[in-house]
Amino acid sequence: MSEKRTPFVRLAKRTDIDPKKAWLIRVASIVVALILGCIPMLFTGTNPIEAYSVIVQGSLLRPVYFRQTVKIAIPLLGCALAIAPCFKMRFWNIGAEGQITMGAMCATYFALYWVDKVPSAVLLVIMFLASLVGGGLWALIPAFFKAKWNTNETLFTLMMNYIAIGIVAWLQGGPWEGRKGSQLIPMFDDAARLPNLFGVHIGWIFVLVLVVLMHIYMNKTKQGYEIAVIGDSQNTARYAGMNVGAIIMRTMFISGAISGFVGFMTVSGANYTLYSGVADNVGFTAITVAWLSQLNAFAMIFISMLLAVISKGANTLQTRLQVPASISDIITGILLFAMLSCEFFINYRLIFRKKGEEVEA
Amino acid sequence: MDSRHAIEMKGITKRFGQVVANDRIDLSVEWGEILALLGENGSGKTTLMNMLSGIYQPDEGEIFEDGEPISIRSPKDAFRHGIGMIHQHYKLIEVFTAAQNIILGLDEEKMDLKETNRRVAEICSRYGFEIDPTMKVYDMSVSQKQTVEIVKVLYRGARVLILDEPTAVLTPQETVKLFRILRAMKEDGKAIIIITHKLHEVMDVSDRVAVLRKGQYIGTLMTKDTSPQELTDMMVGRAVSLNIDRPKYDNPKPRLVVSGLSCTDEEGVSRLSDVSFTAMTGEILGIAGISGSGQKELLEAITGLYPVKSGSVKVVGDDGQEMELLGKSPMQVRKAGVGMAFVPEDRLGMGLVGSMGMTGNMLLRSWRNGRGALLKKKDPQALANDILKELEVVTPGIDYPVRRLSGGNVQKVLVGREIAIPHSVLMTAYAVRGLDINTSYTIYRLLTEEKMKGVAVIFIGEDLDVLLELCDRILVLCGGRVSGIVDGRKATKEEIGLMMTHVGQEVDANE
Amino acid sequence: MNTLVTLITAGITFGTVLLYGTLGEILTEKSGSLNLGVEGIMYMGGAFGLAGAFYYEKAAGGIGNGPVAIVIAILAAFAAGALASAIYSFLTITLRTNQNVTGLALSIFGTGVGQFVGEFMRVSEGGYVALSNPLKEAFSATIWPDALIRIPILGPILFSHTIFFYLAIVLAIVMSLFLNRTRKGLYLRAVGESPSTSDAAGIDTTRYRYLATIIGGGISAIGGMVYIMTTAGCVWNHEGLAGVGWLAVALVIFCIWRPLNAIWGSVIFGAMMIMYLRVSLPFIPTEIYKILPYVVTVIVLIITSMRNSRDKQPPASLGLNYFREER
Repeated sequence: MSEKRTPFVRLAKRTDIDPKKAWLIRVASIVVALILGCIPMLFTGTNPIEAYSVIVQGSLLRPVYFRQTVKIAIPLLGCALAIAPCFKMRFWNIGAEGQITMGAMCATYFALYWVDKVPSAVLLVIMFLASLVGGGLWALIPAFFKAKWNTNETLFTLMMNYIAIGIVAWLQGGPWEGRKGSQLIPMFDDAARLPNLFGVHIGWIFVLVLVVLMHIYMNKTKQGYEIAVIGDSQNTARYAGMNVGAIIMRTMFISGAISGFVGFMTVSGANYTLYSGVADNVGFTAITVAWLSQLNAFAMIFISMLLAVISKGANTLQTRLQVPASISDIITGILLFAMLSCEFFINYRLIFRKKGEEVEA
Repeated sequence: MDSRHAIEMKGITKRFGQVVANDRIDLSVEWGEILALLGENGSGKTTLMNMLSGIYQPDEGEIFEDGEPISIRSPKDAFRHGIGMIHQHYKLIEVFTAAQNIILGLDEEKMDLKETNRRVAEICSRYGFEIDPTMKVYDMSVSQKQTVEIVKVLYRGARVLILDEPTAVLTPQETVKLFRILRAMKEDGKAIIIITHKLHEVMDVSDRVAVLRKGQYIGTLMTKDTSPQELTDMMVGRAVSLNIDRPKYDNPKPRLVVSGLSCTDEEGVSRLSDVSFTAMTGEILGIAGISGSGQKELLEAITGLYPVKSGSVKVVGDDGQEMELLGKSPMQVRKAGVGMAFVPEDRLGMGLVGSMGMTGNMLLRSWRNGRGALLKKKDPQALANDILKELEVVTPGIDYPVRRLSGGNVQKVLVGREIAIPHSVLMTAYAVRGLDINTSYTIYRLLTEEKMKGVAVIFIGEDLDVLLELCDRILVLCGGRVSGIVDGRKATKEEIGLMMTHVGQEVDANE
Repeated sequence: MNTLVTLITAGITFGTVLLYGTLGEILTEKSGSLNLGVEGIMYMGGAFGLAGAFYYEKAAGGIGNGPVAIVIAILAAFAAGALASAIYSFLTITLRTNQNVTGLALSIFGTGVGQFVGEFMRVSEGGYVALSNPLKEAFSATIWPDALIRIPILGPILFSHTIFFYLAIVLAIVMSLFLNRTRKGLYLRAVGESPSTSDAAGIDTTRYRYLATIIGGGISAIGGMVYIMTTAGCVWNHEGLAGVGWLAVALVIFCIWRPLNAIWGSVIFGAMMIMYLRVSLPFIPTEIYKILPYVVTVIVLIITSMRNSRDKQPPASLGLNYFREER
């Protein structure tokens, strides 16, 4: 075949890649992202090396900072774990934001109105259960319509976020408002707050336990197997005698319940009150965490910590060097872009045309 | 006639990873000629033609048109050279009208649907098509969609037409009509290549026939100088004396009684109507029919995967007790102790989980076993190892995704699993499609072994030679109806061929 | 009656912002790209639109020309949105990343960039970024004579709006004509319905997806600019802009991917979002009005899926990437 006809670059799917090389590409992508992250810093006249060292110092190197970083990572990790089974099933649940909010709302109801009725431990258990039910049911609605009429779940779950947030906004300025006109729900009583361990609310233990549980659930249980089969082919699942609709609904309920639990931890362990922005985009960011971890529960610990470090570090950056904290979103965004892109270079190799011979890269 | 070929392919090679789909193929077609490209499933016919239509590019080799070397890097290039392909899966936009589909991809600036309609009408009258340019594709029948595809290709001035198994989805009447159109186009000087594996069509419509086998070019013959026997030999590589062992089972008893089964699809079109038969223990019941005659629906309806309108499916136990299967979920059926092994047509899309290894796929039939929430992987693992050894599955390991295995190995995994589950009925759909001869014989052997164990085996096949040598009885389906059940040891190919196109009593003595 | 007129008028004001966001996203989704980064794109449009006008005025020595400032703001916003969508396109189309996840990443990135630019301007300009009053007025002024505006009822409803509203209407009509009446529009829809079919027909699917997504992103970004330069009074206000992008995504569904429906859809959505200020109904808390757009969108989504009517479905390949030689 003549020279002219070969395109300059061709793609070929890699059959197998050395795992070491795959990790090298992943690490390289993070490095590239951090280099690109220098651009906005240079704009503000900040020395990037100094800025990065502030980010690391300001998020990891002092216990007080480290605790705050962990506090940011907890809901991210929890929520990524919630999303994992849905994505494994190829059900695009992007409604975690709303499921967190509904879980938080249900927990808050008991924190506000049952605080005098039961002892603290019981109250916390009730709040926990309420958050599971709240988040779970909220997730069940789109799952039901998906199972029944194949309603597009991406768009449905997305809409449900803002309905949930709107409901809390109404409660905040209406029935649950504390001081009239404050537009705020009162702070929780101590009895409704999660205890701390090593300076961080005990949610971190729960989440780490959840990592193990979710790993077992996805890989070792019958339900996890059903989810994997449906994600591969719904026809195969039916062939094997699985009730696809019921499994979709069950999985979404579990996913929503875990997100709801994240909402409970947030109100009861971090904010001590409820407001409409309680989910604070965690539901969305967690989706990227789950995806970048390739649904591996243990990898999620690392990715959520990475994003938490950037988020907390950027706060310190703002106080120390007057760089707007929104730089954390920019760096996070670049990081996500880079890590998403690198999978392409892991799955494909580029073949460049070069004087008749082929050069691989 | 000009000595230069309309299209000539020289030394074409195409690889997909390790697989060589086409190995140094030479092929030519003349103006005003119908060339049949013959070969079994998986022989590389479609791949070769995809390189003419710009879907793939050859790794090696050259293509000439009228003696000039040409390069086809995209479908657009193909159109530019007057080459158009009608794919097996129609490439039409469902929500568009016929006219909108026809002008798709053309380089003209203005969109003038009136002018399009006029030109479409002109093409239709020249070759004898009937289509309504304003009809939406989702309202069309399969044959109408095919017509749109052909008109689409002609509309862009194609002089070389490639049709990939065009008759697979057509009724006999529609096929006759299509062939009439093909002849009209040939008279008009077009070069036509028709991909097929049906011999009678080759004999009927083509001028010359080129044969491929397993990606290799075997040869080209003048149709009038050859015979189906010779072509079959070329296609298969040896005479089709299959020599399948067919022992007789003593004392067969009814096992599966299907009566009055009718199904309609989502669009309300009847897929099966009033199908009745009895499958016996110790017999292989073959099911023949042109593809799309309801074979797939029949097996899926029996296994509870396809909605049934009316009828009944009863299993007769060893004790003579009858049990109705319809209305029960697959799980309920299995719990009631009825083992139904099923090897579906779509192996990776229905029978297996492509992303999982052999162990994961063994689990598909047993994942609910054992108490508690955890999976029991031990037995499936042992089973996977057994199948690996006994059926000689070629795989890097039992946890290697089955999607990446070759077709034959995929089928071994599937059949191996289904035979391993407890069952009294074994149903297979196109169990040897795309498999090499050796693997096919392995499958025949396994099915016969099952039969001799007293299992009622139902075998949907497309190759009549195989059906006639493997099966004890053959049920022939035509348009969703049973046109008859014949004895596999006595029936002839011609007899069955006739029944495939005509329902029972409607057989016309003159034809 | 009076309330209704104010409601519609106010609905149009906010609806204009949405209309740009939605029109851009319709174009994007028609090509099969589900770009969930609209929120970030509109942030960037707002910030860069403001920056464009502000630095133009500064460069002109404080005496900027109104129309020029408007054009610069539009171009700056469009460029920002197009750039953001170009990143999205490169990742999803060329590098084949998951559309949902990439869109969300763009959302995070875009809100960050918008916010960063907004704050950076404030800090670098010593605390306050504002246009001069004449320029502000240029952005919020109507283009019709007073006499028309004073026509009872029809005047305020039809003639009291900024130039951006009328531009958006023109854009919607042009887009509708483009999609339904032109060959390129037909091809674009074909790509969104079935890239493999379009590819086989010789349409350059990659080019169509890139162009539609990038231009769509640019159009969406103008919406963010319109919000900052009209409703927010030419001051960076990220709180007011929060959620608008998502609302635009909802509106795309509500108007079943048709630009002309988006015109009245945006007015209805706009009205719903500000209804709590103007209308109070017994027993229904006003705050709840704000979720109405999302509720009706969900209802539309459910009904279209239940009816399964073929002409009212999302583009068939929406959210799916396409690769040719996948084997």
